[in-house]
Amino acid sequence: MVKTAVELCGITLDNPVMAASGTFGYGAEFAELYDINILGSFSFKGTTAQERFGNPTPRIAETSSGMLNAVGLQNPGVKKVLSHELPEMKKFFKKKVMANISGFSVEEYIEICEALNDEEAIGWYEINISCPNVHGGGMAFGTDETLAALVTREVKKVAKKPIIIKLSPNVTDIKKIAAACEQAGADGLSLINTLMGMRIDLKTRKPLLANRTGGLSGKAIFPVALRMVYDVYEAVSIPIVGLGGISSAEDVIEMMLAGACAVQIGTANLTDPYICRDIINSLPEIMEKYGISDIKEIIGGAH
Amino acid sequence: MEQRFFSVTENRQIAPLRFIMKLFAEEAGITTPGQFINIKLEGFTLRRPFSVCEFDENSLTVAYKVVGEGTEIMSRMGIGKKLDVLTGLGNGFDTENCPDNPLIIGGGMGVAPLLPLCKELSLSGKAPKVILGFHSAEEIILLEEYSSYCNDVTVTTSDGTAGMKGRVTDAMDELHNCSYIFCCGSEGMMKSVFEKAKCPGQYSFEERMGCGFGSCMGCSRKTKNGYKRVCKEGPVFDSEEIIW
Ligand SMILES: Cc1cc2nc3c(=O)[nH]c(=O)nc-3n(C[C@H](O)[C@H](O)[C@H](O)COP(=O)(O)OP(=O)(O)OC[C@H]3O[C@@H](n4cnc5c(N)ncnc54)[C@H](O)[C@@H]3O)c2cc1C
Ligand SMILES: Cc1cc2nc3c(=O)[nH]c(=O)nc-3n(C[C@H](O)[C@H](O)[C@H](O)COP(=O)(O)O)c2cc1C
Ligand code: FES
Repeated sequence: MVKTAVELCGITLDNPVMAASGTFGYGAEFAELYDINILGSFSFKGTTAQERFGNPTPRIAETSSGMLNAVGLQNPGVKKVLSHELPEMKKFFKKKVMANISGFSVEEYIEICEALNDEEAIGWYEINISCPNVHGGGMAFGTDETLAALVTREVKKVAKKPIIIKLSPNVTDIKKIAAACEQAGADGLSLINTLMGMRIDLKTRKPLLANRTGGLSGKAIFPVALRMVYDVYEAVSIPIVGLGGISSAEDVIEMMLAGACAVQIGTANLTDPYICRDIINSLPEIMEKYGISDIKEIIGGAH
Repeated sequence: MEQRFFSVTENRQIAPLRFIMKLFAEEAGITTPGQFINIKLEGFTLRRPFSVCEFDENSLTVAYKVVGEGTEIMSRMGIGKKLDVLTGLGNGFDTENCPDNPLIIGGGMGVAPLLPLCKELSLSGKAPKVILGFHSAEEIILLEEYSSYCNDVTVTTSDGTAGMKGRVTDAMDELHNCSYIFCCGSEGMMKSVFEKAKCPGQYSFEERMGCGFGSCMGCSRKTKNGYKRVCKEGPVFDSEEIIW
């Protein structure tokens, strides 16, 4: 029997596989398909202080081996998440969930953390400072070392859960931002969020997305995400959650060799709603194939 | 929603660029007219959504138009080809609460999801009237099928090459006592139907989709009752809640 358990900021995960924010809602759609308690955990949809509709449609476009999205953080707002989404989720998900938090100001991040602090179903805060699809705030915090450190420091002061800062790949040197977050008190990092991209419709000669630009995700970004996790692993000593284009157990192992102690699966859930289950089921066999008896031992193994 | 593996039992051209694909599985998973399926195509990240235009327990049919790479690949699929399909998606039409003589109005490929609706209404003893609008005669699809369920079918073409020359809204003029509408077509067409009809009804929408089963918020639409997902709370919306 191989060992698949890993630890993330003091909480043990049965396996390193989590579902990524924005592709898994609050779990309900997937819980109808399989018992999602087999997951290590999942990160729920980016939550803001107030309800948001997000961007106009079309919000989705296809790319080679991937997709663009410009959803723009549609969510019911933190109050409704607490009063409705989480009570529903707790009926079918018994593990700790990761709360993905987005804000347009430092105060907003703080407000959301304070509102969620006493919710025992939440294991970690994933502070999204990297959403490319909202204007004002969002990614601005994630592309500037000083601002990234500021958000981290202020959130850390109020947060009663470990804080994992979700980094943007749309930067010149992700190691600098990662190090700044670590210094400011981050308990962990997750990377990467989507890469800014666009498509133009040849018939209308206009951008395909109503927002004009969107975030690229899916298989196409796996090598980019892997390289960034590899680099950041050398720059910090806090745990890293690796994501971007993962769609197989082999990808999970590769990402962990680069330095991730857990991984998230995003876009692949949209193509194959059973993908997390299938990856978790095949992980032991793939581990055996590569002579891995305890998955913890391979974290950062490529360095 | 269920994932099912279907095999292609028929895939034939019915008009220029327009095809019918019949799929077979142990259980087809469609329960209501107006529901759709999402087909996985090798080499693509996003599945392709299609309305179901005929179904029974173990088979379903889609009528599709070749518009891009995915549908082009579909048009070349042979009999026996296995397809990974998410089935039973969306709400479908509510047939319980409509009057006895509703008007069904379809435009272009929008005639597809209304066909099983027409069948169900007719079989349940109601007497729907049907208006099908196309650009020209060569684009007409599913007319025979409609005619087998309903003896009051009007066809309009914008160039006058078949049926009545004009738009579906022109054909609405001839029908005076319309009290309920079921409609699917381009958003512009549906809006003019709605404005002309001034009566309640249900309208089926399209949107670019990331997942097709409610988890990505890619397909949201503002309604009078809040934000709704076209793939989950839709694609059929009640006229009362639609914001045009
Ligand atoms: C609920 C629903 C029901 C549909 N029913 C039918 C039907 O019965 N018959 C039919 O011919 N078509 C139908 N469509 C449209 C059909 O999904 C698209 O024509 C098809 O996805 C085009 O794929 P493609 O690869 O050929 O085109 P491409 O343009 O190459 O596709 C690129 C991307 O855009 C998406 N896309 C392109 N056009 C549309 C569109 N009109 N709506 C939504 N997504 C689109 C594709 O799915 C793909 O992700 C339906 C769409 C929806 C949302
Ligand atoms: C439709 C969609 C919505 C997303 N929404 C969020 C979000 O609300 N918060 C967030 O931190 N990341 C969001 N993401 C980014 C993903 O969590 C992930 O970082 C990114 O897609 C890369 O992983 P992947 O290639 O496995 O999808 C979203 C991605 C997609 C495709
Ligand atoms: S397409 Fe994903 S929620 Fe509708």
